[in-house]
Amino acid sequence: MSKIHVTTTVNGDETEFLCDPRETLLDCLRNQLDLTGAKEGCGTGDCGACSVTMDGTLVCSCLVLGVEAQGKTIETIEGMAAGGELHPLQRQFIEHAALQCGICTPGILVAAKNLLETNPDPTETEIRYWLAGNLCRCTGYDKIVRAVQAAAAEMRETA
Amino acid sequence: MSVASPLPHDAARLHVTGTARYIDDIPVPRGCLHLAFGLSTIARGRITAMDLAAVRAAPGVVAVLTAEDLPFANDVSPSAHDEPLLATGTVHYVGQPIFCVIATSHLAARKAARLGKIAYDEAPPILTFDEALAANSRFEEGPRIYQKGDPAAAIASAAHVVEGRLELGGQEHFYLEGQAALALPQEGGDMLVMSSTQHPTEIQHKVAEAIGVPMHGVRVETRRMGGGFGGKESQGNALAVACAVAARLTAKPCKMRYDRDDDMVITGKRHDFRIDYRAGFDAEGRIAGVEFVHYTRCGWAMDLSLPVADRAMLHADNAYLLENARIESHRLKTNTQSATAYRGFGGPQGMVGIERVMDHVAHALGLDGAEVRRRNYYAEMSEGGPSAPPTAPPSPPERISEEKKHEDLASRGAVGETTQAAPAAPAGAQTTPYGMEVSDFILHGLTRKLLETSDYAARRAAIDAWNAGNPILKRGIAFSPVKFGISFTLTHLNQAGALVHVYQDGSVHLNHGGTEMGQGLFQKVAQVAAARFGIPLEMVKITATDTGKVPNTSATAASSGSDLNGMAVKAACDTIRDRMAVHLAQEHQCAPEDVRFEGGRVLVGGESMSFAEAAQRAYVARISLSATGFYKTPNVAWDRIKGQGRPFFYFAYGAAVTEVAVDTLTGENRILRADVLHDAGASLNPALDIGQVEGGYVQGAGWLTTEELVWDGKGRLRTHAPSTYKIPACSDRPEVFNVALWDGANREETIYRSKAVGEPPFMLGISAWLALGQAVAACGPHYPALNAPATAEEVWRAIGRARHGL
Repeated sequence: MSKIHVTTTVNGDETEFLCDPRETLLDCLRNQLDLTGAKEGCGTGDCGACSVTMDGTLVCSCLVLGVEAQGKTIETIEGMAAGGELHPLQRQFIEHAALQCGICTPGILVAAKNLLETNPDPTETEIRYWLAGNLCRCTGYDKIVRAVQAAAAEMRETA
Repeated sequence: MSVASPLPHDAARLHVTGTARYIDDIPVPRGCLHLAFGLSTIARGRITAMDLAAVRAAPGVVAVLTAEDLPFANDVSPSAHDEPLLATGTVHYVGQPIFCVIATSHLAARKAARLGKIAYDEAPPILTFDEALAANSRFEEGPRIYQKGDPAAAIASAAHVVEGRLELGGQEHFYLEGQAALALPQEGGDMLVMSSTQHPTEIQHKVAEAIGVPMHGVRVETRRMGGGFGGKESQGNALAVACAVAARLTAKPCKMRYDRDDDMVITGKRHDFRIDYRAGFDAEGRIAGVEFVHYTRCGWAMDLSLPVADRAMLHADNAYLLENARIESHRLKTNTQSATAYRGFGGPQGMVGIERVMDHVAHALGLDGAEVRRRNYYAEMSEGGPSAPPTAPPSPPERISEEKKHEDLASRGAVGETTQAAPAAPAGAQTTPYGMEVSDFILHGLTRKLLETSDYAARRAAIDAWNAGNPILKRGIAFSPVKFGISFTLTHLNQAGALVHVYQDGSVHLNHGGTEMGQGLFQKVAQVAAARFGIPLEMVKITATDTGKVPNTSATAASSGSDLNGMAVKAACDTIRDRMAVHLAQEHQCAPEDVRFEGGRVLVGGESMSFAEAAQRAYVARISLSATGFYKTPNVAWDRIKGQGRPFFYFAYGAAVTEVAVDTLTGENRILRADVLHDAGASLNPALDIGQVEGGYVQGAGWLTTEELVWDGKGRLRTHAPSTYKIPACSDRPEVFNVALWDGANREETIYRSKAVGEPPFMLGISAWLALGQAVAACGPHYPALNAPATAEEVWRAIGRARHGL
């Protein structure tokens, strides 16, 4: 099957790639663009390890086709730190030891950032349920929730 | 000092920026090929015909391998050589690899793997405990039995007796990074293997056998895993071996990763258990005698099942002094995935057995569960420390026979050295059912503190009042302790090596045999190195585990990672430090012990120089700045056949109180609050240790509540993805979660008197299951005999039993 030419914006950069029409956005990011921060945890949209945003909407990139990115704006974990300066969420995740094996961390950060963009002052319950689609097998989640709360507080102060 | 500091994980910055590399993220050379297995679709039978024409003709397929195409060993077993990489004529479970597709992409390989046409002569599979027992399908000749005292007589003469049966489910590891390996062919037939494994030496050994080279022809590198939990102790063998064989054949790099569904269908899980118990006790709830019969489904191949089942027996006492106890263990062979290591390694299953007994006893007498448990505890360790552990008589040097050369000596499944002259505990000492003195017991004090900080008594009274007034929603609260034995029960595995280099600029390159799976081992060990040299942590570089740097490593398992490797690194650092000190002392005409390494500086004879300058001076004076370090755990010796000895160096302790709520109409339930107090000795890094405790609790609670594995009547695993297998999510975490570390140093001389913390906290989750049992018991007069996992369905069934009896 012939490949399709896709033009899209990834982390602020105009980007183009060729992909099979059945190839997932996750595979395009990882294999065509060498952006391996999004991970395949399940391939069925249940674990959230492949979370990215597309035009501001949080999606599992394993459930989106690469061709759907045409003309859209994609944000991945690689774009979160601005010029080497860590995002408050990234910093708080380090300070709160909110990660262990780290493979769920990029997806959780992308999801948390998306939450704080629409809801800068979420309750603990809102954080817990927003992140319920991002599985973590190591941490037991407590430090993750606390890190998100701390980052939200910090971002409100500087806003 | 860098030890005892709550420093973040060494790779934390890489993780939060998405730049930490796992196997599937490593850039591969052009032309890398991808592998996928074609799997058995039946649980038991003979292959009568195999038509792989469509597989070979599929787009992107380069080659297809069957057992006949394997040039050397067809064996990925860590123990009994009973697990071929590719099936040889017969199949033993649904999901067993039969053929291997080599293709130009991961997807092409997976698609082609579905096109094989295999004809079978099917046989009825042995799936359940009852089917296995009826067919006498088992590993080892018969049940293993450990006994202390005369439990039958003690039970017969006891005032009260309870008995029952507990069904205890298995558990999928669900490491978020699936199994993965990458093989890169080198010149002269050598092979470099990158593997997501807890046991690089095992991978090296199996790959060497499979491609017909000595172990020196294979180098295995592991930077990190995306979670392991025991699931990457032996289960990565198949992928690494397949990649290496394919790479040798095609002369191309070869990569394999299991898709999540394949991973769950192919790889082994935690052993499920059936436990029959009978216990006699007095009116105060003190156990006079107890008998357990463990049945466990080991699956089709032996893997690590024998030591797993042993460890279940070794934890059948948990925290309780049992003067009369008998544990009988049946290791059943079934046509299912070969059950394997999983955090706790059988310990949790054994522990749940005695916790069920305690729960049953408390229910029978109408006593508080925490009180009954405390009455049965071992005695607290005496002030002034434990009696000196007996030293083992020197064992004769072991003869390595021709046959033994091919044994996986570095595997926990190694057969051979099963009996050792084990010293007896001192007369009059309190001992476990396997004759080990318990001399470091701290649970009395720890329990007192936890019950206080969790406000147990008042909350229990409030819950009783709530339950009396609310017919629909019931609440429950439960306490449970943990005493977990630390050491590999296969004694010779309790060793570790390290390699340390100091460069001329004072920076330190550190390597050891342990693997990083998120637990923070690398960080802890780097803290040790920084402390020994008195330098800031940034000057220490932790490098990927590499069989070419440190050989003959044990798996990073049995919670032993920092105990063993921390000590080995300390030894290596001290060797270099001592050499530097001797040289600098000569230069300054003072004693070597007067040379101090602290604050990034070296102080000698009134002079202060940077560590880098000290390193340069040593280099110029031709002092070696590279050293290996080695450590072996002292005072362990164990006879696994007799069930006697000292298998463990020490015990790690902890306790938890959990409160739950249950909807009696549906069985739905929720953890409302958990309070945990855990003993990590003098913690090397409290932030990382608390992370282990929290994660362990939640994973343990998941095992006993929502995580249900379901096989159908044909042996097909129906829960093979997160859509059907429910691990705890962020929304399931306890609403109130108070976790603290018990403040106290290890009595034994471990690295900075810390304690192992990987596995023990897993068993704190047992309190969640017990709390559900309490809530259910509030529904009726009968003992509910809650099984595990206590899914909503099981809770609902148990409510029926509480109301109407069994």
